[in-house]
Amino acid sequence: MTPFTYARAQDADDAIRLAALGDATYLGGGTNLVDLMRETVERPAALVDVTGLSAAIEACPDGSILIGAAAKNTAVAEHRAVRERFPLLSRAIVAGASAQIRNMATVGGNLLQRTRCTYFYDNEGSRCNKRAPGQGCDAIGGFNRMHAVLGTSNACIATHPSDMCVALAALGAIVHLQGAHGSRSLPLTELHRLPGDHPERETELAPGELITAIELPALAFATRSAYRKVRDRASYAFALVSVAAAIEVQDGIVRDVRLALGGVAHKPWRAWKAEGALKGQPANADSFRAAAALELADARPQSANGFKIGLAQSTMVAVLQGLSAKEKQP
Amino acid sequence: MPTIRINGAEHALPPDPRVSLLDFLREHLHLSGTKIGCNQGACGACTVLADGERILSCLALAVQYEGRAITSIEGLGADGQLHPLQQAFIEHDGFQCGYCTPGQLCSAIGMAAELRRGVPSHVTDDLSAASIAPSHDEVRERMSGNLCRCGAHNGIIAAINAQLAAAGLEAP
Repeated sequence: MTPFTYARAQDADDAIRLAALGDATYLGGGTNLVDLMRETVERPAALVDVTGLSAAIEACPDGSILIGAAAKNTAVAEHRAVRERFPLLSRAIVAGASAQIRNMATVGGNLLQRTRCTYFYDNEGSRCNKRAPGQGCDAIGGFNRMHAVLGTSNACIATHPSDMCVALAALGAIVHLQGAHGSRSLPLTELHRLPGDHPERETELAPGELITAIELPALAFATRSAYRKVRDRASYAFALVSVAAAIEVQDGIVRDVRLALGGVAHKPWRAWKAEGALKGQPANADSFRAAAALELADARPQSANGFKIGLAQSTMVAVLQGLSAKEKQP
Repeated sequence: MPTIRINGAEHALPPDPRVSLLDFLREHLHLSGTKIGCNQGACGACTVLADGERILSCLALAVQYEGRAITSIEGLGADGQLHPLQQAFIEHDGFQCGYCTPGQLCSAIGMAAELRRGVPSHVTDDLSAASIAPSHDEVRERMSGNLCRCGAHNGIIAAINAQLAAAGLEAP
C-alpha cells in the first residue's frame, strides 16, 4: 500500500469537512477498498473512516425503511422489518460474499464497491480503461466469461458485483447524499453509470459527496419477492446472473412487477422494458418469456459470455413463475 | 494514545495506518495463531472476533478497530484448557494440516452467535422464523467463508454441530 493519512469522522458534517481538507477517499468496512489499496489499484492519499456515521435502521409507520449508510450488511439482512417488508433484500445480501465480509461491509460501501474484473485488478499485466483511462481493455477478446452483456461499450465490459444493489434497484431505493454544498437524493438506478467512453467514472457522486442513508419506499407487494443468484459454486462466489423480483398478480393478471438483474451490466440493471411489457398481461410463462426476451434484446455477447443472455432470460422466467405460483396459494 | 484490546489486554495501536489487523497480531504482537492465507478476503484463514463478531483481519486496518475488543485463537481457551470447540475439532478430525483451523474455530464461534440471534443465511427457508435450526446445510453455508484445502470440511462441520448441540443449539 502507498502511504496515506487516516482520520475518523464523528458525523456526516465532520466527514465532509475532513474529506475536503485532503482530497480523501471515504473508508467503510474496507472489504473492497483495503484489498484494492494492497493491490495498488487504489492509491488514496487520505482516508476518512465513515463507519462511525449513522448505522440506524428505522422502520417507518408508512411502510418505508431508512437505513444509515454505516449499517453493516448483516444488520440489514437480519433486521425484522427488512425481512418482513422487503424479503428480497435480505435474500440478496445473504447471497453475497461470506458471513465475515457481511459483518464488516457497510451499506454505503456496498453501493460503491468496484468491479471484480480481473483485468482491472491486474495492475501490472493488463490494460484497463477503468484503472488507466485511455489504455484499452484486455477483457474485450480476453477471458470475459464473468463480464457484462448489457449496456457495455467499446471501452469497458465490467460488471457491478453487488447483490444487494440488485434488490435495491428493484425496490426503487433512494440514495441520500450529503456534500459540501448541501444534501440531495437520487434513485439508486441513477447513482451508477454505464461505462460509455468514461468507465473510470462509475457514479454520479460529486467529489467529496457522501452517501448518508438508503431509503426503501413502501411497496406492499414486495412481501412476495425473491432473489435468485446463479453462480459457479453454491456459496461465496460472484453472480454469473442474478434476478431480483417482486410481482403482484390479481385474477391471473400482472398488476405490478419489479425486476432487476445482476451480473450482466456495469450497474445494477433495472429491467424497465420487461416490467412495462408485463403489466396488464396474463401471469403465465408465455408473458414472462416474452418480457425476458425483450429485456435482453439489445444484449451484446463477448467471446466467452454469450451464455449469460439465455441464462438471464430463463432465470427471470423461473423467478417470476415461482413467485406467481406462490400468489395462487391462499 | 489510541489502543485496542486483544484477548483482554490493552495494546497501543501502530502509528502507520497501513498495518492490517492481521499483521498487527502476527508481526507486532507475535500472536502467530491467526494465519495469513490469501491476504485478500477469499479464504477465511485470518478470521478473528471483533466484539464477538467474526471478521477478516486481513481486510481490516488495525486503526479502524480502536477501542474494540479482538479475540484471536490465542484468546479462546482459558486457564490452560482448550475451548470446547477446539476439543470437538480433535474428536471429529476437524483438520489435517491445521493451517485453516484457527480461522475455522473463530468463525464457528461467531457463527453460533449469529444463529442464536436468528440471522438468516442463503439456505434459510423461512425468513420469518424466530429461530433457525443449525442443520447440516445451514452450517455448511454459514462456514463457506472458510476454506480448507486438506478437505477436512466434513470433520469440521461434524465438530461444529456436536458443539452446537452441546451448547443447546440442536441440529434437527
